[in-house]
Amino acid sequence: MSSIVTETAGLAGTRTGARRSSLWRDTFAKLKKNKVAMCGLVFLVIMFLFCFIGPFFSPYASGKVNTVMINKPPSMAHWLGTDNLGRDILTRLMQAGRISLTVGLAAMLLSVFIGSVLGVVAGYYRGVVDQIVMRFADILMTIPGLPLLFIIGAILSEWKVPTDYRIYIVMLMLSLIGWPELARLVRSQILSLREREFMQATESLGLRDHRKLFFHLLPNTIPILIVVATLRVGGAILSESVLSYLGLGVVPPTPTWGNMIDAANTLIDFQKRPWLWIPPGFAIFATVISINLLGDGLRDALDPKMKR
Amino acid sequence: MTNALLTIDHLQTHFFTPSGVVKAVNDISLRVREGETVCIVGESGCGKSVTAMSVLGLVAEPQGKVVGGDIRFDGVDLLQLSPLEKQQLRGNDIAMIFQEPMSSLNPVLTIGEQIMEPLWEHLLLSKKEARAKAIELISLVGIPRPEEIMNAYPHQLSGGMLQRIMIAIAISCNPRLLIADEPTTALDVTIQAQILDLLREIKETYNTAILLITHDLGVVAEMADYVVVMYAGKVIEEGPVLELFSNPRHPYTRGLLQAKPVIGQRKKRLNSIPGQVPNLIGLADSCYFHDRCESCMSVCRLKQPELKQIDDGHRVACWLYEEESGLA
Ligand SMILES: Nc1ncnc2c1ncn2[C@@H]1O[C@H](COP(=O)(O)OP(=O)(O)O)[C@@H](O)[C@H]1O
Ligand SMILES: [Mg+2]
Repeated sequence: MSSIVTETAGLAGTRTGARRSSLWRDTFAKLKKNKVAMCGLVFLVIMFLFCFIGPFFSPYASGKVNTVMINKPPSMAHWLGTDNLGRDILTRLMQAGRISLTVGLAAMLLSVFIGSVLGVVAGYYRGVVDQIVMRFADILMTIPGLPLLFIIGAILSEWKVPTDYRIYIVMLMLSLIGWPELARLVRSQILSLREREFMQATESLGLRDHRKLFFHLLPNTIPILIVVATLRVGGAILSESVLSYLGLGVVPPTPTWGNMIDAANTLIDFQKRPWLWIPPGFAIFATVISINLLGDGLRDALDPKMKR
Repeated sequence: MTNALLTIDHLQTHFFTPSGVVKAVNDISLRVREGETVCIVGESGCGKSVTAMSVLGLVAEPQGKVVGGDIRFDGVDLLQLSPLEKQQLRGNDIAMIFQEPMSSLNPVLTIGEQIMEPLWEHLLLSKKEARAKAIELISLVGIPRPEEIMNAYPHQLSGGMLQRIMIAIAISCNPRLLIADEPTTALDVTIQAQILDLLREIKETYNTAILLITHDLGVVAEMADYVVVMYAGKVIEEGPVLELFSNPRHPYTRGLLQAKPVIGQRKKRLNSIPGQVPNLIGLADSCYFHDRCESCMSVCRLKQPELKQIDDGHRVACWLYEEESGLA
């Protein structure tokens, strides 16, 4: 069936660059102009390659204890020296990075998931659901994050949770303190989005609630979610490091940047063997800074006031 | 004559606001027959949109409420439906087109996704079938290169094209009634005519009944079979379009018809009806139009006229046409 009344064809030709995800291309183009954010992004890519591909090129990847090579300073064989069990620091740094980055990303993903689902539901249904979710979030937000983590970490140590599981539990702990902020953010967005005209149109189409919530409302919050989620990865990596440094997070033999710095706990290591703690310290510092720079860059690039 | 598809009887929709009860729709009755186009005309703020929203059960909760009357669609009482039944009715049997095509589409979803949604939801089509049907719908509403449009985002299209897309979405499930709330008000005049042509074509092809809301008498003249003139939440005159245009009775309808500019009759000033629609809160028991009416009588300030049949199918609510007016 064809129509008699046809839209002028020329209009369609000029106005439609019709390609998927033009928003993302716009954003990326703007991000590319931001030198500082690009530095952060490039550093993060390098850091990921270093941690996830690097160990394949290392002769010390097995992490075997080597009693003759204990606490040796950097040399041609061991570029960053060795630790108190004779393991290569450079290799351990990569392996620790795998864990730290994974924990940071996983904790972020989990808190984004919990936070956005609860935020969407609270913002859309309002009323009792909203009250319950947001009061719960408030409670979690009023307790300072780190002390809460210390307490949970201490309980875990007390219960003698197997070390293999601790990494997952650390992820859960970090997302537990991470989701309230995201839920609050998403909820506030939903509260205004739900009054928009296109939501009235979805009502008039008789769409089911789960479609309205997760297909129509949630995608509208993605730009801001991305910014916050990026920044959260940095926060999660920091928190994990602090916990692991204090022995309350991921514990050896699983390496993380945090528990590698633990070496600096003894005065002699701190003063005489800086190769033990400077590399992981630098890795944490540089990674978190890069993430924050990238997050700020994304925020600017996605700012609707600077858009179109 | 075919039977009524939509019957609204003595509908009252009120908004309970802090400053008082807004009687946005105050005792309205109308019917739309199968395949018929009924136009609701009136100045803005007279309750046209609220009438439409009441039909779909979308009156803004919690302050808005249908407090009286009933609405029947094909014999089914819409006010008694469960939320699930309402959901199945909307978009499927009754579809709606809004005034602002730009803001009625979700900015972050592609046109294709938004057209396919009701097809999944109501017709339970598979992804592939829905896609094929969506492409067919886009070309049906007269947009070239539908495959390309499927992947476009709303901000990439013009207002006229978006309104066509809205129409495509509205007719996707073959609704029996299409409610169009000022579908052309936000568009350029040339585009406006195209959209009206499209609506008329759809009506003829699918025998869809249309409830068209507008404040533009030009649109009415072009589209309507039957016209309902609303003022301050009430029907003040109604009749078949030719009868009403050639023989308007209510001073308000006359005013509206005179307010429309006519080519070749340039006057110093366009006719307009002095004053404005009264505040809908706490209206007195008078004819709501009395303070703007040039033929206002004493009875008009005291009592409200009822909608009375004067000719075949032509009804008016005005004391000028009531025999008893002299008695009161
Ligand atoms: N959500 C609402 N709350 C309070 N009053 C409302 C609401 N929606 C509409 N109204 C009132 O109802 C009346 C009719 O509105 P509407 O039907 O939108 O007019 P129109 O004829 O221009 O479409 C107006 O006076 C408006 O102020
Ligand atoms: Mg309106």
